[in-house]
Amino acid sequence: MSLSCTSLAFLRGKRTVLSGIDFALEPGELVGLIGANGAGKSSLIRCLDGLWRANAGEVRVDGEALPSLTRAQVARRIAYVPQASGETMALSVVEMVTLGRAPHRAHDTAAVRTAKVEASLARFDLKGMENRAFDQLSGGERQRVLLARAFVQEARYLLLDEPTSALDLRHQLEALQTVRGLVDELQVGALIAIHDLATAARFADRLVLLEGGRVRVAGPWQDVLTPEHLRAAFGIEATVGVIDGLPYILPVHAAAQGRS
Amino acid sequence: MIAGPASRRAAAFAVLGLLLVAVGIFATLHGVQRIPLETGIRVLLGPLLPDALQPDVPASYPAILLTLRLPRTLLAIIAGAGLALAGVAMQGITRNPLVSPYTIGISPAASFGASLAILASGDGGAGSYAPVVMAAFAAALACAFLVLGLSAMRGVTGTVLVLSGVGLSYLFGALSSTMQFVATEQQLAVIVHWAFGSVNGATWPAVGVTGLILAVAFPVLCAHSWALNAFAAGGDEVASALGFAVARTRIVVTVAAVLVTAAIVSYAGVIGFVGLVAPHIGRLVVGGDHRILLPFSALVGALLLLLADMAGRMLFAPVVVPAGIVVAYLGVPIFLHLLLGRRRQGA
Repeated sequence: MSLSCTSLAFLRGKRTVLSGIDFALEPGELVGLIGANGAGKSSLIRCLDGLWRANAGEVRVDGEALPSLTRAQVARRIAYVPQASGETMALSVVEMVTLGRAPHRAHDTAAVRTAKVEASLARFDLKGMENRAFDQLSGGERQRVLLARAFVQEARYLLLDEPTSALDLRHQLEALQTVRGLVDELQVGALIAIHDLATAARFADRLVLLEGGRVRVAGPWQDVLTPEHLRAAFGIEATVGVIDGLPYILPVHAAAQGRS
Repeated sequence: MIAGPASRRAAAFAVLGLLLVAVGIFATLHGVQRIPLETGIRVLLGPLLPDALQPDVPASYPAILLTLRLPRTLLAIIAGAGLALAGVAMQGITRNPLVSPYTIGISPAASFGASLAILASGDGGAGSYAPVVMAAFAAALACAFLVLGLSAMRGVTGTVLVLSGVGLSYLFGALSSTMQFVATEQQLAVIVHWAFGSVNGATWPAVGVTGLILAVAFPVLCAHSWALNAFAAGGDEVASALGFAVARTRIVVTVAAVLVTAAIVSYAGVIGFVGLVAPHIGRLVVGGDHRILLPFSALVGALLLLLADMAGRMLFAPVVVPAGIVVAYLGVPIFLHLLLGRRRQGA
């Protein structure tokens, strides 16, 4: 069982955004997807969820080719968590979370749906704010709502597109801890696009570094977060140190020759 | 807020529903000739009643009630509800609060069709009601499907839909202006009057056709309320990720909204405001969940247009001000009141 792609390529017009990507996400692991802006992180996540159709290669979820499934079938297996920015059109917290049951609505009774939504609201500490407008929540609260929605979706795989980019340090940590908890407790597989390399290393089981639409290196952080890879992928000279077994990255300056 | 949102919504539905019935009855009975309620009921039930209870009323009453007032009341309700529904649907599907049922060019197209028919009739359109309606309907549909076709070529996104609609609006606006430019004084007056938008001269066929289309479109739109919620939550990508076939949903919802709007425009002319603002009034009162917003906005639209028509024909009687004009005078203060009230609450 896995959510995987082989030889995946994606073009935007004539520009190659992704090419030759081989990747598999297993249940029970948290994978950090890192890379510079424009390296293809969001594109890969969208292709894996079938939101964008790959131009070559194929995506399979638990053995089945993605295009052979309906969107609802995909949504019962893969949950997508967008960035916490963006306005809704006057939806409340409970209405946003309830939408996670959309792919199950043909089989849900009202009682089942309500029970699952209630459980999710409680789990993500959203009780008491069910009827507040989503648009008026803080970034951290919004993130919890989106995670709660993905949770009621009961999918085996979670794809998170830079969920922490609008959050302050504390809320970044909370969000990552929550995702890590879901992965460990429910054995879901989670792929998380993330900019903060040290945070990625701390929470993810392994990292995938994209550079120019290709996987430059993948594996444990010790193999990925090296000065050489950082120079090539981000165009920076950086010092990588280790404290308590976890890396910290100190960007020194932009590399003289740009990216390799 | 002490009451929960569920009970508040139920109360809002009940109040608006009762108000609509009450205003509907009042509007049907009142006018130049006021008809007592009991007489009205007897006239309506006439064929069903035994001879002893047959209404002993002036011969004109049945004609006033059955051929003038009742179709007018019903058309106001249907048109208001239909435009509001189409507005909710179009705003939801494009995720754009500035969109109205007319944004994709239906009203200038219908105006063009109507102008063409009025010009073709030669005599200023007297007695050519049916051709005008049909021409307006055909032109409105042609425009809408042109917009959908253009969008399909470019990928049916909300932005493409709105932009191609705006483009075609100008095209049909120009065509319409050209018609007016070449029209005679007399024809021009008919065209302008048509464009005001009103339920003057409502007929049973008008009620039948618009009612039938609304009766089909309403359940179709309601069946897509989950999808509209998903669009509202985060646009195409979120809707697709939540399991909705985005392009198909957008086409079905747009076609339903277009048919309703085109039918109403053809019979009642261009009644603005309701389709744009009734959805916002709905959102301010019951929130953005389309399972509730769709029927509630329909109630708001029906009540607004019914009140506007009643005010338009009573306030300056015997002059009848078209409902399309009055509805903005009536609706804007209500809308601003709700908007500002909501801002102060910060909710």
